[in-house]
Amino acid sequence: MGNKQTIFTDEQLDAYQENPFRNRIVESFSEDGMGNLSFNEFVDMFSVLSEMAPRELKAIYAFKIYDFNVDNYLCKEDLEKTLNKLTKEELTPEEVELVCEKTIEEADLDGDHKLSFADFENMISRAPDFLSTFHIRI
Amino acid sequence: GKKPASDDDDDEDDEEEDEAPRGRRGANRKKLAKKRGGNDDEDESEDEPPKRKRGGAANKKKGGKAQDSDEEDSDVGKGKKGKKGGGKKGKKEEEEEETKGKKGDGKGKGKGKGKDDDKDKKKKKKKGDSSSDSNSNSSEEEESMSEGEMARLMEEVEEKKKLIANIRNKPWRMQRRLKLLKEAQEFVDKFEGALGKGKGRKWYAYKVMMTKVLMGLPYGSIPRKTVPRAEQDTAQDYSVLMDFNVSLAQNELFSFSFSFFFFACYQASNLRPPAQTLPQACCTQPQGEHPLRGYCKYSVLFYGYYNDQRTVGVLKFRLPLSYLMVGIGTFGYSLMLVIRTMAKNADVGGGDGEDSDFTFAWKMFTSWDYLIGNAETADNKYASITTSFKESIVDEQENQKDENIHLRRFLRVLANFLITCSLGGSGYLIYFVVKRSQEFATRDDLSWYEKNEMEIVMSLLGLVCPPLFETIAELEDYHPRIALKWQLGRIFALFLGNLYTFLFALFDEVNTKLEEEQSIKNASIWAMKEYYANYSRLMNDSEATPPPMDPADVIRGPCWETAVGIEFVKLTVSDIQVSYLTILIGDFARAVIVRFLNYCWCWDLEAGFPSYGEFDISGNVLGLVFNQGMIWMGAFYAPGLVGINVLRLLSSMYYQCWAVMATNVPHERVFKASKSNNFYMGLLLLVLFLSLLPVVYTIMTLPPSFDCGPFSGKDKMFDIIMETIDLDLPAFMGTLFSYAANPGLIIPAVLLMVLAIYYLNSVSEAYQNSNMELKKKMKMARDEEKNRRNNADTTNQVMKDLEDLLPNRSLIPPAPPEPEKPPEQEPKPKPTKTKPGTAGKGVNLQKDVALASSNPNARGPVSRPPGPRGPGPGPGAGPGRGRGRGPPPR
Repeated sequence: MGNKQTIFTDEQLDAYQENPFRNRIVESFSEDGMGNLSFNEFVDMFSVLSEMAPRELKAIYAFKIYDFNVDNYLCKEDLEKTLNKLTKEELTPEEVELVCEKTIEEADLDGDHKLSFADFENMISRAPDFLSTFHIRI
Repeated sequence: GKKPASDDDDDEDDEEEDEAPRGRRGANRKKLAKKRGGNDDEDESEDEPPKRKRGGAANKKKGGKAQDSDEEDSDVGKGKKGKKGGGKKGKKEEEEEETKGKKGDGKGKGKGKGKDDDKDKKKKKKKGDSSSDSNSNSSEEEESMSEGEMARLMEEVEEKKKLIANIRNKPWRMQRRLKLLKEAQEFVDKFEGALGKGKGRKWYAYKVMMTKVLMGLPYGSIPRKTVPRAEQDTAQDYSVLMDFNVSLAQNELFSFSFSFFFFACYQASNLRPPAQTLPQACCTQPQGEHPLRGYCKYSVLFYGYYNDQRTVGVLKFRLPLSYLMVGIGTFGYSLMLVIRTMAKNADVGGGDGEDSDFTFAWKMFTSWDYLIGNAETADNKYASITTSFKESIVDEQENQKDENIHLRRFLRVLANFLITCSLGGSGYLIYFVVKRSQEFATRDDLSWYEKNEMEIVMSLLGLVCPPLFETIAELEDYHPRIALKWQLGRIFALFLGNLYTFLFALFDEVNTKLEEEQSIKNASIWAMKEYYANYSRLMNDSEATPPPMDPADVIRGPCWETAVGIEFVKLTVSDIQVSYLTILIGDFARAVIVRFLNYCWCWDLEAGFPSYGEFDISGNVLGLVFNQGMIWMGAFYAPGLVGINVLRLLSSMYYQCWAVMATNVPHERVFKASKSNNFYMGLLLLVLFLSLLPVVYTIMTLPPSFDCGPFSGKDKMFDIIMETIDLDLPAFMGTLFSYAANPGLIIPAVLLMVLAIYYLNSVSEAYQNSNMELKKKMKMARDEEKNRRNNADTTNQVMKDLEDLLPNRSLIPPAPPEPEKPPEQEPKPKPTKTKPGTAGKGVNLQKDVALASSNPNARGPVSRPPGPRGPGPGPGAGPGRGRGRGPPPR
């Protein structure tokens, strides 16, 4: 944002983040799960999304963000939601199905058809782009 | 201490509204307090009175009771704060946090009230802790500590320090972090000084204090270095281009500065009276038709401008020698630069083969760039993610399909045949045109087209052929990535073929020029002899020496080096023109038409046929590579070419940047040719080598023009080195060099190098093998881990933290009837929160039991056997187990 402009119109604020997961981000950082952030949580959010945060911490929060139904597992439903948000629902249902299946197949270590945090961490710790994409600057 | 009081007042107002969250938080706090380490326990015992009071206050608050006790409480808080104020000197960070907290208070007046008083409470508790800490400390200090205690303390202090250092990395909520940080800092403050040994204790404490004062910073508050930001994925494609531009420009500038050096030295030599007036002397035919053949021909741009004066100026700058050295040195430097970049890329790019493991997962979870804040960029990103997913899907499907292989083979052969034909055709066309231009060179009545025919043809070929290849490549139906490589290879072959045809034609020309030159040389020697004869005859004095006259002043040779340089400059300039015009017409005009005619057109121009131009990354990079090759080739005969190229690179960078931003859409296929940029670097290296060949060949074999350039009068260009060794270096150096140049020395050296290469090669092979082994091991370890995971209970610390971070789910239901009750009666709200987690554990346990009977016969009841163990399709065999064994069951 820089420090030139301090007052934003609603539109500017709306347009500030195009992130398809923006709701999930605030939800997972808020304690009540509704997206209402206290100041501490707000600071928390930016500290996690800063460049300096370590990979493990980022992985934990990324997991929380992608865990849409907050059950500590990334199940197929979560993946479908993620995928639809990423592609603006331009893939056909079959393709979505295929991609989700492949994703689970790739990352699922314990064969329970959903990704636990351990699976997720194992996968994300090898992703080359994760650190460079999972951060926000203000 | 002003803030807390006012907060307390607010507190009572808001009491009723936010009882619920606060109550729960209070419970959380309690839980956390319980979780803390052992030293807190002893604190608590001493802590009794303040704590009780606090607890009482809290209780009252929770109950929403009387006001007076609250006031009392806040008074206590104030007093303690005052007491503590002095002791907290160096704790900038803590204060900072506090002020942050206060800011937060100010901001969140409306909403975060519960938070506020929670924090308030926390502060108070803090103070209570610390005061009791100091008490215990002072009491402890009186009796000397035993060794064991010391060790324990030391350990604890170390632990706390570590905690302070890592607090940012802990997956805790900010509130908990702040609290733990404060505790740890206080603890460290307190006990660090006391940890000296024996007598030196005080001294040690003093030292610690002094370092703190001197540093002015408490532990953990020293700012960490900012991590340089890795390149974004989206930017990477363009960064390929930019990297090239920049590194090449660097390279260019290096040699360019040398050219300037030449120039300056030449100017210096011009100022001195005995210097020849070469610009006029060099070539005496100023009425050229082409601007490059006219005025520019005698400019600093070209070889012919430099003279053969052996030393220039007071410093005895050896112009011819340095000309040769720079010419060769540029190649050496470029080689080194390219190879170093490649090595660095190889270091970074690394595991190309690994990505097959998590293609989809990575795409799913890491493809969105959280930095994107611009709507248009976001749209592009959505599109590119969608296409990349589609590509992966196509990949996946392509692995499974097989069809008429004969037809495809036939089509591929046909496509290659067509492409070979067009390559040959373009080569012949260029050869033909160059020949024709040699014919034209002797005539004067030329139209504009005839003069520029060659450049036009070459540029047109470069323009027409790549799309033609692309169309033909459709026949082949390769996987897009392979198709891209083929395409690049073909364009590469085309450019290279064109360049070399051009070169061979040029060599023909040079040879004819050399013959011509020979006759001119004879003529001019003849003329000079006549001049001397005439002089002595006219003066009638055979003794007097005639005024000196250079043979070069009589009749000028054609100076083939300058001619070659001119060809290269012409080629470069026309290349610049064509590429700029292409962008202007092909991209800009097209974009304008598509955008504005779209309002009154029968079909959708934007989505339909013409659409916007795509920015062809690989093609552009290839163009840059070839441009660079041309510069390398031409730079020896036209030193000014380097300057032209630098200008071109700079301007085209901004121009193309504008064009890309304004008129282009992202490439539909976002395939990169390879993960690292070494593919292009390899091409660059190849081009460098290929452009080095002809230049070195000419330097080594062709005789330089007798009356033009720094090497005039020599048999071979490299004679200048011999001359320098003979004349300028001490005699023993000459013998030394003659020994060094001895074949007896060179052959063993070459042998040694070959052996070294062989050795290094075998070493790298061995490393590769061990790499493969390690990869295999890793895969096995992964499988093993998979098995173990099935059995192991997953209650590790991270899991716990994760559960701790979960939103309080019991809040989600609209109205919890009795918000206060659950935390009161049930100090740990965890069970309610972690229901899913425990459920997960339950599943694991079940598995555990199932796997305990590892007897394969008993596999029946096992709900989910681990992947590699059960070969058969058990009842629980999901798609997860199909990996590596063909297509997963659908």
